[in-house]
Amino acid sequence: MLEKALIGSKKYYGLVILLLIIIGGGFYFYLRQLTYGLGITGMSRDVSWGLYIAQFTFLVGVAASAVMVVLPYYLHNYKAFGRITILGEFLAVACVAMCLTFIIVDLGQPARAFNVLLYPSPSSILFWDMVVLNGYLLLNIVIGWTVLASERKSVPPPTWVKPLIYISIPLAVSIHTVTAFIYAGLPGRGFWLTAIMAPRFLASAFASGPALLILMCFIIRRFTRFDPGKEAMQNLARIVTYAMAVSVFFVLLEIFTVFYSQIPEHMHPFEYLFAGLEGHEKLVPWMWTSAILAIASLILLINPVTRRKEGILAVACVAVFASLWIEKGLGLVITGFIPSSLGRVFEYSPTGPEVIITLGVWAMGFLILTVLYKIAVTVKEEIAA
Amino acid sequence: MKTDRRGFLKIGGIGILGFAARPLMDVLLKGDLVEASPEADALTGKRWAMAVNVNKCKEGCRDCIAACHSVHNVPDLGNPKDEVKWIWTEPYKKVFPEQEQEFSTRGNKPVVVLCNHCDNPPCVRVCPTKATFKRRDGIVMMDYHRCIGCRFCMAACPYGSRSLNWRDPRPFIKKINPDFPTRMRGVVEKCDFCGERIAKGLIPACVEACKEKALVFGNLKDSGAEVREVLRASHTIRRRPELGTGPQIYYLV
Ligand code: SF4
Ligand code: SF4
Ligand code: SF4
Repeated sequence: MLEKALIGSKKYYGLVILLLIIIGGGFYFYLRQLTYGLGITGMSRDVSWGLYIAQFTFLVGVAASAVMVVLPYYLHNYKAFGRITILGEFLAVACVAMCLTFIIVDLGQPARAFNVLLYPSPSSILFWDMVVLNGYLLLNIVIGWTVLASERKSVPPPTWVKPLIYISIPLAVSIHTVTAFIYAGLPGRGFWLTAIMAPRFLASAFASGPALLILMCFIIRRFTRFDPGKEAMQNLARIVTYAMAVSVFFVLLEIFTVFYSQIPEHMHPFEYLFAGLEGHEKLVPWMWTSAILAIASLILLINPVTRRKEGILAVACVAVFASLWIEKGLGLVITGFIPSSLGRVFEYSPTGPEVIITLGVWAMGFLILTVLYKIAVTVKEEIAA
Repeated sequence: MKTDRRGFLKIGGIGILGFAARPLMDVLLKGDLVEASPEADALTGKRWAMAVNVNKCKEGCRDCIAACHSVHNVPDLGNPKDEVKWIWTEPYKKVFPEQEQEFSTRGNKPVVVLCNHCDNPPCVRVCPTKATFKRRDGIVMMDYHRCIGCRFCMAACPYGSRSLNWRDPRPFIKKINPDFPTRMRGVVEKCDFCGERIAKGLIPACVEACKEKALVFGNLKDSGAEVREVLRASHTIRRRPELGTGPQIYYLV
């Protein structure tokens, strides 16, 4: 089936070439980072994780969200999702590939990455994260590919994929839970030390992932002869609505706990995010944008009249995705370090090379997604024809 | 051919499970691998610790810092972003945020800080490669050759005791001490309680350098040790003991 990725329209080639150029730019600066060290980024002794780890955290969520189409289809036999499960699974593949790349890009000594497997340390959450991420990646590739191959031949998928599908469901939840545990279990980091971290991650994941999937469906319908189906998209929209509402609710729970208890160590990071601390307020405009986008998207999504209008739905999905990207992909990781464990407010902002490397990894993910979607859509078009 | 591929994938599937299961069994059966099992020589063994008499510190004195940083080839990168440090000073109110009070004159008094060689070190718990590990004598050590530079330990240490080499540190070492290894870029480093010196029967460089005798190093398991004397005679505090990390640097304030 791989050959289907090679034959395409001018637009398809154009997109692939554009992505390759961005990847090339990212790769160039990554080579510079390899020779110079992570000092090329804006990270510091105080804020020791930055944009890379934040992207990883956000994308784990998008990857996990495939379960929102896989589960209704396979467990509840919800037929309308049958047309898009493959899109969800392939989205997961692209996102996990980005996650793993972001981890590698963030390492000070990437050549030693295999030390994680050579000296396994079960007490380290990072070790478990590697295990579940790789497992989830492999499962989604195998499942997606096999199901698509049998679809193409118009035969039911082989029986051995069923157990793999069932395993992939808890694994999707686990990749996100384990990622939340990277943060939630650390002493002395008030911003992250909250038991609601994992549920918060899951809620925002189940909003941002399906939102992206809806947008992908719009694009696919526009540019190919494959129609993912109005019903499927509308039901995804409902999932986004609920998940986004829960996600916002969870954030409000955090804010209540923190500000009613008045414990400074827990309040300061939130003050830094939304009001600025000791005159440092780089994230403030971002966070208010995120908050406004979240509220706007909820208004558009909760009202069935606006949700059913496809143009408005697309706008709402962009708002959800952007809002949660700011929350997880910018705010969550960096703010855990501000103020530092010694009470210092030392701000972080990514450097140019860091941003270009980040864009390069995103482009790599989109290239994987484009190629996989191209194959899936071509097969679907053939079946329909 | 077809069945072959199926069989292969089946085995592959089982392989994935096995891979995930093995470390899990390790955890369940052996408990925490990183922490050593109950020490056979608990009574006769050693537990290194340090007492810091903040009142004895002379204003502006940097002798301990200079000594440590020069024997251990700690680079001076000259900017707060790339900074590497093993021992330094912070204002009292930052070191003991829970002890801070408005009318105290101590607030801005500099206090010497270094790795606490915690009894229950979160940095060891989180390290995915065991590059950070705790020795039986309580020293929390770094294996620079194993560290992958993931900086999980930096996020986990609640005392800000660790530094990463954000870039090649070697050009920034004023005078290289050939008896101690220099580090490469991309690895984490911190105070190692002078493991290399106590192996030779020497006291830590910072303690030796302090003319005011403000730093006292010794074995907590030895009731006659000077450090035990200090702990018996005066009230000492530790940095953020409520976190359960069990810091082993004791401050007389
Ligand atoms: S002070 Fe920090 S680096 Fe030192 S042992 Fe404790 S947690 Fe680890
Ligand atoms: S940076 Fe090095 S020492 Fe720290 S957790 Fe990662 S591998 Fe371990
Ligand atoms: S004990 Fe040794 S390594 Fe630690 S601060 Fe003192 S001189 Fe430096």
